[in-house]
Amino acid sequence: MPNKSVWTFAEQSEGRLKSVSYELLTRGRQLADKLNTDLCAVALGKSINIRDINELIHRGADIVYLVQHPMLKHFLVEPYSQAIEYLVKKYAPDIFIAGATTVGRTLMPYLAIKVNTGLTADCTGLDIEPETGNLLQTRPAIGGNIMATIKTPDHRPQMATVRPKSTNPPPIDESRQGEIIEVQVPQDLLHTKVERLGFKSIEDDEGNLEDAEKVVAGGRGLKKAENFDLIRELAEKLDAAVGASRDAVDRGWISYPHQVGLSGKTVNPQLYIAIGISGSIQHLAGMKTSETIIAINSDPDAQIFQVADLGIVGDLFEVVPAVVEELEKRKK
Amino acid sequence: MQIIVPIKQVPETGNVKIDEAKGTMVRDGVESIVNPLDLYAIEIALQLKEKRSGKITVISMGPPKAETAIREAMSMGCDEGVLITDRAFAGSDTWATSYSLSKTIKKLGHYDIIITGVRATDGDTGQVGPGIAAFLDLPLSTFTSAVKDISDGKVTVERLIESGYETLRLPMPCLLTVIREISYPRLPTLRGKQRARSKEIPAWGPENIEAQKNLVGINGSPVKVVKINRPKVTRGGKILDLSKTTLEEAAKELADYLENKNLYK
Ligand SMILES: Cc1cc2nc3c(=O)[nH]c(=O)nc-3n(C[C@H](O)[C@H](O)[C@H](O)COP(=O)(O)OP(=O)(O)OC[C@H]3O[C@@H](n4cnc5c(N)ncnc54)[C@H](O)[C@@H]3O)c2cc1C
Ligand SMILES: Nc1ncnc2c1ncn2[C@@H]1O[C@H](COP(=O)(O)O)[C@@H](O)[C@H]1O
Repeated sequence: MPNKSVWTFAEQSEGRLKSVSYELLTRGRQLADKLNTDLCAVALGKSINIRDINELIHRGADIVYLVQHPMLKHFLVEPYSQAIEYLVKKYAPDIFIAGATTVGRTLMPYLAIKVNTGLTADCTGLDIEPETGNLLQTRPAIGGNIMATIKTPDHRPQMATVRPKSTNPPPIDESRQGEIIEVQVPQDLLHTKVERLGFKSIEDDEGNLEDAEKVVAGGRGLKKAENFDLIRELAEKLDAAVGASRDAVDRGWISYPHQVGLSGKTVNPQLYIAIGISGSIQHLAGMKTSETIIAINSDPDAQIFQVADLGIVGDLFEVVPAVVEELEKRKK
Repeated sequence: MQIIVPIKQVPETGNVKIDEAKGTMVRDGVESIVNPLDLYAIEIALQLKEKRSGKITVISMGPPKAETAIREAMSMGCDEGVLITDRAFAGSDTWATSYSLSKTIKKLGHYDIIITGVRATDGDTGQVGPGIAAFLDLPLSTFTSAVKDISDGKVTVERLIESGYETLRLPMPCLLTVIREISYPRLPTLRGKQRARSKEIPAWGPENIEAQKNLVGINGSPVKVVKINRPKVTRGGKILDLSKTTLEEAAKELADYLENKNLYK
């Protein structure tokens, strides 16, 4: 039996694993290598695509624990938590990480209480403390002004969630070998009184801002409503959602659900492009934790450049079309 | 219908000070408000009460001044409030907070629905709602966007997940964490404020909720903050000035940057 292994949660929907399931293997592999232990993925569902399960191994898992049961077809917190609790007691992992999706954000805090351990949400960094082998969990605290490093010294497993899309999945190596262990969880653990009555999927043409991995946002620098088409065009090229400053919203150039900031939405994407936005404190409050920030503004002293990883000082009406054209050229 | 709403008092702005040695927040001298996301929990509780009558009890764990958060909830129309306060609770992580709040709820006795915010704007974890449900073994709906129906001892809700809206039916008692879509919070009324001022708000310590001393506060917290650092306020990014480079070069550089970071494929 593997000792003190590192576990990742392989999340599925309709029998297919979600991309976050593979991404987590990148984090898990690094930790398992440092601890010189096995990396295990845990997959729960009903008839999960076997090619996806093999892909977990091809991308770095040593063992896949697979639990399949009709009760696990859709995520419901009680049976999922009870099944994993059973596995945790049986195999005693040292570390368990999941994606900070709606499933991860529901399952993990519930499970952490049931197995009596701590949980750190939305970690941006995971590492091993060399002296103790403890997991070091780094996350932004309090609006992103500070980073906190957190440990779970006396409880196991050490649990954390990380944001989807925060790492790339490891490459596929079809020669990699691993083991798939089908675990039968006792029937009496797979129950819930909650009924799932239905599901209605949403298609939002401009994307769900809060969950978007990329956001292109415009502000007062756009000068009038029609010019927001520039923002939309760039957003479309990048497959990004459209955001806005309050000034742009107040002027009626775009609707309120697009507002980013203190009195609008908080976003935390991989990429935020601020165009014609000055970078007021209130706007920064809604986006400054973004992984990468790019700013386009004609004023070299605009505060937005303080938080930018890349800035272009120039007229947005020239820069944005040039960027769109360049991206178009590179399209494969 | 008996509803319990746990609310948290949080600092007003992002302008928070940190005790670098202890890794905890310095709450003195910062203006405090009700966690903005908890106002949605309060509002939907009020709407359910208006439809079905009953009572709303607000509970908050925090320093003595968190009483003002409870009074604000009362001025919006909540009926009762309990403040959980004691030095022993200081430094609680989400495990210890969920434990202490679940003990409080047990002490309050009968309840049909517990409604929490989806997350608090200071700690920003969203773990306390599911944590309370786990301690009390309650059916749970997170990210709840609408309450559709209450009948035959069951609540039908919609919850917003990545790909759409899921409908769940939960037997009561149950716990809901709610998102902004669920309601639009009302403002406190003058009459509500007057009523709130005259209400007794009991302050309970660990004994009152029969909590084990070693399970509350910093001692009861599995998770420890070991280091705090302040990333530079400026990201020190690269700034290209079009008065110094050409438009084409700038556009190329931006596109390269996106490709290198795997943000454009
Ligand atoms: C309580 C409170 C809550 C608030 N909440 C929010 C909130 O949620 N979200 C929010 O965004 N704001 C919020 N605000 C407002 C905030 O203070 C700012 O007023 C607002 O963010 C400014 O929007 P802006 O950057 O688009 O406009 P401006 O500050 O006017 O900036 C426009 C920028 O465009 C640049 N520009 C102009 N022309 C061009 C051009 N041709 N090419 C390139 N650049 C150009 C200018 O240099 C300037 O930097 C709030 C304010 C208060 C008091
Ligand atoms: N100290 C507290 N007292 C009362 N309720 C709390 C407290 N902390 C968190 N909550 C509730 O739990 C929700 C989620 O908080 P958190 O897990 O801290 O993000 C909040 O919206 C509140 O409803």
